[in-house]
Amino acid sequence: MPLNKKDLLEIQELSSDDIKLIIDTADSFKEVTGRDIKKVPTLRGKTVVNLFYEPSTRTRTSFELAAKRLSADVINIAVSTSSVVKGETLLDTARNIEAMRSDIIVIRHSAAGAPYILAKGLKSSVINAGDGCHEHPTQALLDMFTIREKKGRIDGLTVAIVGDITHSRVARSNIHGLTKMGAKVRVIGPATLIPLEIERLGVQVYYNLDEGIKDADVIIMLRVQLERQGKTYFPDIREYSMQYCLTRERLKFAKEDAIVMHPGPVNWGVEISPELSEDKATVILEQVTNGVAVRMAVMYLLSGEKS
Amino acid sequence: MLIKNGRVIDPANNIDDSLDILVEGAVIKKVARGIKSEDSKVIDAKGKIVAPGLIDIHTHLREPGFEYKETIKTGTMAAAAGGFTAICCMPNTNPINDNRAVTEFILSKSAKEGIVNVLPIGAITKGSQGKALAEISDMVNAGCVAISDDGKGVMDAEVMRRALEYTKAFDIPVIAHCEDANLSSGGVMNEGFASTTLGLRGIPMAAEEVMVVRDIALAELTGAKLHIAHVSSAGSVESIRTAKKRGVKVTCETCPHYFTLTEDAVIGYNTNAKVNPPLRTKEDVKAIKEGLKDGTIDIIASDHAPHAVHEKEIEFDYASFGMIGLETSLPLILRLVNEGVLSLNNAIAKATINPARLFKLKKGTLSEGADADITIIDTEKEWVVDVNNLKSKSKNTPFTGMKMKGRAVMTIVGGKVVYEISDGKRE
Repeated sequence: MPLNKKDLLEIQELSSDDIKLIIDTADSFKEVTGRDIKKVPTLRGKTVVNLFYEPSTRTRTSFELAAKRLSADVINIAVSTSSVVKGETLLDTARNIEAMRSDIIVIRHSAAGAPYILAKGLKSSVINAGDGCHEHPTQALLDMFTIREKKGRIDGLTVAIVGDITHSRVARSNIHGLTKMGAKVRVIGPATLIPLEIERLGVQVYYNLDEGIKDADVIIMLRVQLERQGKTYFPDIREYSMQYCLTRERLKFAKEDAIVMHPGPVNWGVEISPELSEDKATVILEQVTNGVAVRMAVMYLLSGEKS
Repeated sequence: MLIKNGRVIDPANNIDDSLDILVEGAVIKKVARGIKSEDSKVIDAKGKIVAPGLIDIHTHLREPGFEYKETIKTGTMAAAAGGFTAICCMPNTNPINDNRAVTEFILSKSAKEGIVNVLPIGAITKGSQGKALAEISDMVNAGCVAISDDGKGVMDAEVMRRALEYTKAFDIPVIAHCEDANLSSGGVMNEGFASTTLGLRGIPMAAEEVMVVRDIALAELTGAKLHIAHVSSAGSVESIRTAKKRGVKVTCETCPHYFTLTEDAVIGYNTNAKVNPPLRTKEDVKAIKEGLKDGTIDIIASDHAPHAVHEKEIEFDYASFGMIGLETSLPLILRLVNEGVLSLNNAIAKATINPARLFKLKKGTLSEGADADITIIDTEKEWVVDVNNLKSKSKNTPFTGMKMKGRAVMTIVGGKVVYEISDGKRE
C-alpha cells in the first residue's frame, strides 16, 4: 500500500493506515542506520533542499543525515525571516530553488501554514519540518515510532503531554497522531498555555502534573520557550518548574514502566529534573536516533517508492 | 429620464408598489403610476426592483497613499457596479484624513474622477494615534460626515470620552472600531477551535466586546452619537441590544462577511478570509442575523478593504487584514431576504435610509425632490463571482467562485446612469 501523497504537511490529514505505513517503513530503515555502512542508493540522483527560516540544529541535521543515507544530494539554506519580510516572498524563493531542479523541499518556518504555500505552488514534494505553532509531523511520527518500539503498541496507551500546549507544534501533531492510533491523550499545563477548545481534539485537560500523569504509559515533556517569559503566561521559571518539572518523585504517579520523552533541546531543571537524564525511563536520545529512520521513511514514501 | 414598470421599494416612505419614477436633472421629480413624458429617455424596469441608491458607510478607497490597492476612480467604479450611489471613505489613507487639506483633496479628486458620491470620514485623533483630537470642526466644515479611527480602536478611554463630547456640537456620529489592542495583540483570526488546530494566534471575542461595552458607557456618560462599526460577535450584539433598550444613542453596522462566513473560511490558511474583526463562529452568525432582524443592527456596510496580491499571497501571519466587498454586498444582503431573515423592504432600508439618517444625508429615499440616486436590482439574476470581472483594483475576496443571486443592473447617480449591465456584458 503506497502513501500516495506529494507532500507531508500535517498529521491531521493522515489516516491511521498512513501513519502505520510510515512507522513500518521506518523500522526497516532503522536497520540500515544500524549497519556499518549506513547508506542505501534509494534516492540517488535526487536533490533535497532544507529550507530553514528558523534556526534549528537537531531537526536540520536529522533531515540532512536521512537524505544522505538515502544517497540524495542535500543543500541547506538558512534564511532569516526578517530579511524575507522585506524582500522576496516565500513562494518566489521556493520557485527559484525549484528552478534548479529540487525533488524534495524540507521547510521550517515560524509562520503557521507556510509549507502549504509551497505545496500549492511547487511540483517538488514538500515536507513540513515545523510551521509556527501548527504542526511538526516528522517529530510526531518519530515519537510514535519510539512509543511503539518501547511499548509494542500505541493503541490503548495513556500519553500525557506536558507544558506549553498553545505554542507547541509538537503537541498538536502528537495529539492528532496518537488519537488516530488509539491512544488516550492528556494535555497538562498552566491554563494560560492550553488553547481554547482543545478538548474537541479528543484530549483531556489537566492543570495539575501529578493528576495528569497518573497511570500514564508515556510522558512527553515540552520545551518551555524561555523567550515567552515576561508575556505573563506564568509568573516565572521558578514557579513553572515547581508546578511542572518532572522529578523522579513525581514520576512515581505514572505507570511503573512509563517512558519519558522530550522533543529537545531540554532545559534541565525546568521541564525535567537532571536526576532523570540517565534514568532508564528517559528515551530522549533514542528519539533522536529514530528521527533519522523516520525521516528516511518519509522521503522514500513521498518519492513514490521507486527504488 | 423615466423609469417605468418597476417595483418601487422606498422604505423611508413605506412604498412597495408598481410605480414610475420621473427624473429631471439631478432630482426625482415625480413618483406615481402611469407617468407619461414625451421627451424623457425611458428605462424599462419591468420585473426589477427600483430602490434608492445604496449607501455604503464603510469603504476604504486607499487614495491618497495606497493607489496600488485602489483609487477613488476604481473604488467608485466598483461601488457603482455593486449598486452603491454613495460611499463613505475611511480616513486611514496616507496621509491620514485628519485635517481639511486631505478632506478637500478627496472631495476634489472624487468630483473629477469618482462616478458615485464620495463622503469622507475624518479621523478622531491626529494621525489616528489615539492621543490628541484631530481638527474635527474644520473637517466637518470641509465635508466630513463622521469621524473614526477605523483600523484600530481608541485605546485611551478619556480620549474617546472627549471625542464623543466634542462632536455633540456638530451632531455627527463617532464611529468606533471596537478592539482592545492588548487583547488582540498579534492575533490573526478568531480565537477558538479553528485557531487552536491551525496554530494561529487568536483574537478573542472579548477584544471587541470589552470595547463595545466601554464605548456604550461613554456614550451614556456624554449623550453623544456613537456608531459601532463592523459588529462581529454575539456578545457585541447583545450589549448593543440592551443599551438601545436603555435609550443610549447607539447605532451599529455589520458586514456581509459576518453573516455569511465563519472562522472555518480560514482553514487551509486562506488569507482572503483574514479580516479584522475576524470571522467568528456559527453561533455568532446566528446572533448577527437575529440582530439584523430585530433592528439591533441598523446598517449593513461593506468594509471594502482592497489589498494587492503581494499583500495577500503570503504567509497568513504576514498577510494584510481585509477583503473587498462593494461588488458582493448586495447579493449577500439579498440572501438574507431569501433566507427569511429580513423582508426586502427591511434589507434595502439597512443599506439606504438607515445610513442616510445616521449621517443626515438627503439621500437613501425616492421622495420627490430627493437626489436622483437610484439602483435598479434584478433579484433573480444568477452569477458567479469571478475576480477578473470585478471593477475593484484588488481581488482579495473570499467569495471567489461563489454562486450569487441578484445584482444591480443599473446604477443612477444624480440622474445619470453610471453603471449598466446588459446580458453577460457590462458597460
